[in-house]
Amino acid sequence: MPTTAPAAHALGEVTASDSTLRRFLHGLPGVDAVGLEARAASLGTRSIKTTAKAYAIDLAISMVDLTTLEGADTPGKVRALGAKAVRPDPTDRTSPSTAAVCVYPDMVAVAKEAVAGSSVKVASVATAFPAGRAALSVKLADVRDAVAAGADEIDMVIDRGAFLAGNYMKVYDEIVAVKEASGAARLKVIFETGELSTYDNIRRASWLGMLAGADFIKTSTGKVAVNATPANTLLMLEAVRDFRAQTGIQVGVKPAGGIRTSKDAVKFLVIVNETAGEDWLDNHWFRFGASSLLNDLLMQRQKLATGRYSGPDYVTVD
Amino acid sequence: MSDRLSVFKTYKLYVGGKFPRSESGRVYEVTDSKGKWLANAPQGSRKDARDAVVAARKAFGGWSGATAYNRGQILYRIAEMLEGRKDQFVREVADAEGLSKSKASVVVDAAIDRWVWYAGWTDKIAQVVGGANPVAGPYFNLSSPEPTGVVTVLAPQESSFLGLISVVAPVIATGNTAIVVASEKSPLPALSLGEVLATSDLPGGVVNVLSGRTAEIAAPLAAHQDVNAIDLAGADDVLAKELEIAAADNLKRVLRPQPVDYNETPGTERLTAFLETKTVWHPTGSLGASGSSY
Repeated sequence: MPTTAPAAHALGEVTASDSTLRRFLHGLPGVDAVGLEARAASLGTRSIKTTAKAYAIDLAISMVDLTTLEGADTPGKVRALGAKAVRPDPTDRTSPSTAAVCVYPDMVAVAKEAVAGSSVKVASVATAFPAGRAALSVKLADVRDAVAAGADEIDMVIDRGAFLAGNYMKVYDEIVAVKEASGAARLKVIFETGELSTYDNIRRASWLGMLAGADFIKTSTGKVAVNATPANTLLMLEAVRDFRAQTGIQVGVKPAGGIRTSKDAVKFLVIVNETAGEDWLDNHWFRFGASSLLNDLLMQRQKLATGRYSGPDYVTVD
Repeated sequence: MSDRLSVFKTYKLYVGGKFPRSESGRVYEVTDSKGKWLANAPQGSRKDARDAVVAARKAFGGWSGATAYNRGQILYRIAEMLEGRKDQFVREVADAEGLSKSKASVVVDAAIDRWVWYAGWTDKIAQVVGGANPVAGPYFNLSSPEPTGVVTVLAPQESSFLGLISVVAPVIATGNTAIVVASEKSPLPALSLGEVLATSDLPGGVVNVLSGRTAEIAAPLAAHQDVNAIDLAGADDVLAKELEIAAADNLKRVLRPQPVDYNETPGTERLTAFLETKTVWHPTGSLGASGSSY
């Protein structure tokens, strides 16, 4: 689906004021919802077999942000999760590590210790996740805490209330402030697409996030009814593709929530390859925010290796 | 002759409480005992088997956790539904096994009675095979039977309805969930049984019915790591041996094929074949100076 991206020279000035930003975001081409969903569905019908499937499963495992975001998280659970992220399948040392573990800020130090010495990063949600309903100073303190505890990546939520009220500059300024507070940590900006109502809004939020300096744009928190779908991920992938074409800056994408099976994960990878291209087929640029997905990927991996269907008795329960 | 157009029935699989076609899209022709075409049955594939295992595993917690009394009620309800659709089963059994209407009717009656018989066993089997064990120590020692888990049942090839019920009912009566591979030659009574189960309060996934080539569907099920037991009633000697070897990999419980007269009253053998014994030691508290405080 071709989208006409705005001219490059305009991008420097669009964030100059509230009105220029609004004009720019509302000037983005409207999304053809039927076409978008049909495209996402048709990309989901590809049949991926044998060696390509093995490659896709390993790639997907390496892209998982293994997540636990529960009120009941204990240090023990976070340590167990960290161990699983480093070595997802203890019976098969050839399985790759996941990309990161994703925890609440107060668990960052525990997670950091659990994955020490491995390639696994520690991501922390921040800015009053998941609602994002707190004063900016509180959100920034939340971010600084997480960074000080050693978080490599920060997952922030945007102020959906301000966005839906049309107060784009407020959202923009917040992202910029959080980006600054994050320092060297990579910033993932969560839009909570399930609360943005329309595809047009998702496209606007994507551009807004990227203009503000997001390193990653992320669909959702996993805490609402509608999370990552093939269609909204496809839409965000188009945005990062167009943004790179305009500015030369590459931004990552992270669908989160609701991706539970290997089949789903492979469909997303097909969408990545066909929309943004091979450059994004790397865990530096594409992630899955998930928890139960990893077990299904491991069971599929065991099936490919042994020819026998595996079962939940052969993966760790977390 | 009436002018009505024939309304043919599309037989479908029964998996997870739903009636899907085979994932493979294949069907095969089912004929009666004289070779006359009866219907097309879905020819299940290994992926249908995989889906059935997922459904059976999902259903296991609820079904094994239901009270034995409740399971008995539901099984009895199934017998009630079978009774209501007796004519259909008589016709299907007569076609499949080449019996006269009256002989088929006797077979179907026996099958329904068999189902009622097993319904009665749900809350009695624990008394028969469990109980208190005498031990030389200050403990209660109790054994109780627990369901094995997900059981693959290869239904008998010849006895398409009475045989089928004789192998399925004991498996689910004790709280297991089942994946039933119907008789390859005569799958129609089994597929119709799925329709009865779907309307009888039986939670979806407790029984899943697959039809097709027995050898093709049974092989991945025998090797499946998430299947806990397999009943080889419908396998010939060569296939049974192959499946037993595949089943050994995750130490599946295997019930070997044996000559059975399904008209005879069954013992509790099939009920206990897929039970495991859980034994609990419980301290009885302090002992008085003169021995037991009881």
